[in-house]
Amino acid sequence: MSNLIASTAPKARKLTPEEIHDIEHEKTHYPYAQAVGLEALKIVQKYQGWVSDESLLAVADYLELPPDELEGVATFFNMIFRRPVGKNVILLCDSVACWMLGCDGLKAHITKRLGIEYGQTTADNLFTLIPVPCLGACDKAPVMMIGNDTHRNLTPATIDALIDACQARG
Amino acid sequence: MTTLTNKPLTKNIEIGRAPFTFAQYQAAGGYQSVGKALAMKPRDLMKLVQDSGLGGRGGAGFNTGLKWSFIPEPDGGPRYLVVNADEMEPGTFKDRLLMEHDPHLLVEGMITASIALQATMSYIFLRGEYKEAEAALLKAIAEAYEAGMLGQHIAGSTFSLDMAVHTSAGRYICGEETALINALEGKRANPRFKPPFPQVSGLWGRPTLVNNVETICNIPGIVSHGVDWFKALGINGQSGTRISGVSGRVKRPGCWEMPVGTTFRTVIEEYAGGMQDGYALKAFLPGGGSTDFLMPEHLDLPMIPGDVAKAGSRLGTSLLMVLDDKTCPIGCVHNLIKFFAHESCGWCTPCRDGLPWVEHILLKLERGEGTLKDIDILKEACGYMAPGNTFCALAPGAAEPLQSALKYFMDEFVEHVNHGCKYQRH
Repeated sequence: MSNLIASTAPKARKLTPEEIHDIEHEKTHYPYAQAVGLEALKIVQKYQGWVSDESLLAVADYLELPPDELEGVATFFNMIFRRPVGKNVILLCDSVACWMLGCDGLKAHITKRLGIEYGQTTADNLFTLIPVPCLGACDKAPVMMIGNDTHRNLTPATIDALIDACQARG
Repeated sequence: MTTLTNKPLTKNIEIGRAPFTFAQYQAAGGYQSVGKALAMKPRDLMKLVQDSGLGGRGGAGFNTGLKWSFIPEPDGGPRYLVVNADEMEPGTFKDRLLMEHDPHLLVEGMITASIALQATMSYIFLRGEYKEAEAALLKAIAEAYEAGMLGQHIAGSTFSLDMAVHTSAGRYICGEETALINALEGKRANPRFKPPFPQVSGLWGRPTLVNNVETICNIPGIVSHGVDWFKALGINGQSGTRISGVSGRVKRPGCWEMPVGTTFRTVIEEYAGGMQDGYALKAFLPGGGSTDFLMPEHLDLPMIPGDVAKAGSRLGTSLLMVLDDKTCPIGCVHNLIKFFAHESCGWCTPCRDGLPWVEHILLKLERGEGTLKDIDILKEACGYMAPGNTFCALAPGAAEPLQSALKYFMDEFVEHVNHGCKYQRH
């Protein structure tokens, strides 16, 4: 009878030993496994780049959480990527201080240079461009992050240099 | 005789050098407050903080010791201190400074506050994007464990406390304390109905205090040096110091520790060096994106919550954002509303549906496609988003820059209807 419903629904993958190690470490801080849900998604994202359906199901299985509840958390937070992203995620601050000091122009510059709009990834998979709310460095606006690094007092020239460096690394 | 510092929040901060290690921090007089707190009765400690006049630095300004005093007596079960380090208010950049450059001050403050609250576990709810702060805090916490300041029987006492960092993943609503508690429990960060207040039923239904980073960083000084010292730090009848600063087109944007009660003029003209050449001050947001605009005529007000409220705004985070004469005020409000619309958690209708509609109208106005009727709808929307119509303060806060822009810049709204935007795009 299973022939009638050939399921293509995603299945949980196996978590890696590194992922399990990091999730177990987070679990020591909380009395309930549910509290680790977001941290576990972030751990998976750290190793895999994004949170696929298979990863989400794996985390839900591992923490014994209902998958749709975990999906509710995953989709609530801006920084959980439920679609693949490029190797370098550019988070360009578009809040008020950066807006006053020209982040719209910088966005246009990045779009022209890399050919991507917000939410898009370059064909070579090197960059994804995403707007981010106030990064708390307003005295050094405009500001953006690439990966874990924050870059301040941006100009088109400094952005070009940062992009060049990422491209050189490949 | 050593002189007590008048900059308790930033005395150890030197930009460009690594933050103090545990040993360096202790050698500079750090961790004194822990021993003093352990020798006191918890309720006396709460009273001491209440008497100091310390107000919450997250934006609401409520008396910290009074907020603590609502926690019930210990019943043997877990109790929590949660530090709100999810700094995300547009234009606010003070907690980042404190955590990146003197993490032990926050750790000491949390230990001392936990002694007062008899907390068993303490969490730092940290903005996920603050990678440098995360590294600094994890190092400081590990050092404090190693030195016996955290863990079982801290500093040789009967008091035990654990501490952990939770890194969030980017949602402004987590700054609301009940939404933060839901997020920490691993749920969607929708706010909870109050009462019960978190002091009674917070994290996992247990007594919980949520305080801002800068608030807790004030605790070591108050407990170490006393109420009289703390009170003498303020001016214009205020206690203590706070981090204030300016962003926008001023000569020296930045943030600095200064006496509570300093005037807006002093911050903008002296600390920040005044406006950049060729720009004039048109208005300013006194404490983040969710505060009402103030005008140049308000510059001589001291930065005191009550005085700022009388002028029709809120002191908020006391990080000022200046609007210059070459930037479109409607564009500025549009940017702020876009942020709030994006960050609405979707729980309450005026916020979920109202903010995107307001954003749509502001975009129309900016493009010169607006009508006078649209301006009336904006006014009406401010009413729908007023306090009392939503679970939390996000929508009322979002309405603040809009309603004050309508008050002060109505002629410019009408001008946008009649002739479009005259300002140059950035």
